[in-house]
Amino acid sequence: MTPPGETAAVEIAGVGKVFNAGKPGQVDALQDVSLTVASGESVALIGPSGCGKSTLLRLIANLLEPTAGTVTVNGKSAAQARQDQDYGMAFQQASLFDWRTVARNIELPLELKGWDKRRRRDKALEMLELVQLRDFADHHPWELSGGMQQRVAIARALSVDPPLLLMDEPFGALDEMTREHMQTELLRICRQLGTTVVLVTHSIPEAVYLANRVVVMSPRPGRITKIVDVPLGERTEATREDTAFFEKITEVRELLRGVEASARSHEAAW
Amino acid sequence: MTSLRAALRPMVLGVVAILLAVAAWEAFKAIGGGDRFLGVNTDARSMPHVWDMITRLADPENRGTDRAVGFAVLAGAWYSLRLAFAGWVLGIVVGLGLAVVMQRWGSAERALLPYVVVSQTIPLIALAPLIVAWGGELSVGPFEWQAWMSVAVVAGYLAFCPIAVGALKGLQSPASAAVELFRSYAAGRRAELVKLRFPSAVPYLVPALRLSAALSVVGAIVAEISTGLRGGIGRLILEYSREATGDPAKVYTAMFGAAALGVLVAGLVLGLDAWLMRNRPKEARA
Repeated sequence: MTPPGETAAVEIAGVGKVFNAGKPGQVDALQDVSLTVASGESVALIGPSGCGKSTLLRLIANLLEPTAGTVTVNGKSAAQARQDQDYGMAFQQASLFDWRTVARNIELPLELKGWDKRRRRDKALEMLELVQLRDFADHHPWELSGGMQQRVAIARALSVDPPLLLMDEPFGALDEMTREHMQTELLRICRQLGTTVVLVTHSIPEAVYLANRVVVMSPRPGRITKIVDVPLGERTEATREDTAFFEKITEVRELLRGVEASARSHEAAW
Repeated sequence: MTSLRAALRPMVLGVVAILLAVAAWEAFKAIGGGDRFLGVNTDARSMPHVWDMITRLADPENRGTDRAVGFAVLAGAWYSLRLAFAGWVLGIVVGLGLAVVMQRWGSAERALLPYVVVSQTIPLIALAPLIVAWGGELSVGPFEWQAWMSVAVVAGYLAFCPIAVGALKGLQSPASAAVELFRSYAAGRRAELVKLRFPSAVPYLVPALRLSAALSVVGAIVAEISTGLRGGIGRLILEYSREATGDPAKVYTAMFGAAALGVLVAGLVLGLDAWLMRNRPKEARA
């Protein structure tokens, strides 16, 4: 996928992850997963629960260590990339901190990097401008709606100017209309900053709308079943009503059905 | 207008509660008419009139002194307040320290937590003389153990338990997503403790601080009584109750002092609570 000479944003080679190896509760979360994410690309991980998509995201983030294979982020080991804050992360719960104002939530990663107060504040305001919440800088998170909180969380993840944004079901807790609005916003922001995106989602339309490639995964052990290319060009609101968009949704849905059916028969065999 | 009313309401209710208690006391006396009533002596020696207690505050403490009882009680309450405060601070430091250790090492939690809870079942009366005896052995260089320190240690002994338990729960309260976020920022353990775990623990600490403040007052007064330390309200209760036959109203003045001390500490802690919770959502406030 990556042209020669250019560093891939993420390079996953032959990765496996086993939890509780050798113990009664052993779980083969991932087996022999290989995936390359090119710089500037947007990739969605989708699959039934237990397929290891969140585990894969955490391996990229170096919140977990693989038991086999290697993970390279931005041309470095995942551990080094985490130390250098080469990625930002956002979760389903916005995870904003009550005791900090909106701006100071965004400043937190910069504070931990040792930036001085002035510079932090300026950067936080710049990020708030980007997510169109400039007027809420000195509000507290609990005064904001769910969608606004998630925008702050994204602004915080992007405050260190990371080349890569990792998201675990970022819009899962939002209502449908807010969700679509947030998807459009996310694409706008990432296009503006040139950020590479890897996200985990349960929603097929979301995966197809946001991603250049949708990675369909299957459980027990977690593997990549198929990678679906989504060459829909630039996304607009019209994309959501496009026939090609629906065809891709159908393609992913049928793949997921196949995955679910085999998972069930696998369970029945047990 | 309504906000002023809302602010005054608890104060008015507090005054009404005191008046009701006074009325109940006097009514009980009136019905008893100075004889035994429901097994209680209602004569002036066992149940002095409330106004006798109040006027006693203005009279001299002993024959031949100018110092009013009220003044002695006030001075005693101030002394005990400082002891209780020293004990409270000691309890906070020890409690927080234990909580940090227990949060950091799960094995420490399993080893220590049961003892933190069991520690509170040892009767204070037994503990106070022991601490005095141990303290008496202690002198490092120019440092000499003072009697008041034993009292503060007893107060701290009562105060540390709710702090340790509450702080531990609070330090463990951040969601896994929040901990992962800090790891993703390449934050060290120290930053995680200072910028994530301590702020997360504040709502858990607030009730613990309240409880431990009350306990340190109780601890200080009981320890004063059982060690016989002079200067505090505990000692006054002890002394005045010995004079209860000849001067029955006097011992109640010391109790007023103890009650006032409790009210003062409760008020101070309430202020502290409001300050600690100033940046929190309304529903998190107790």
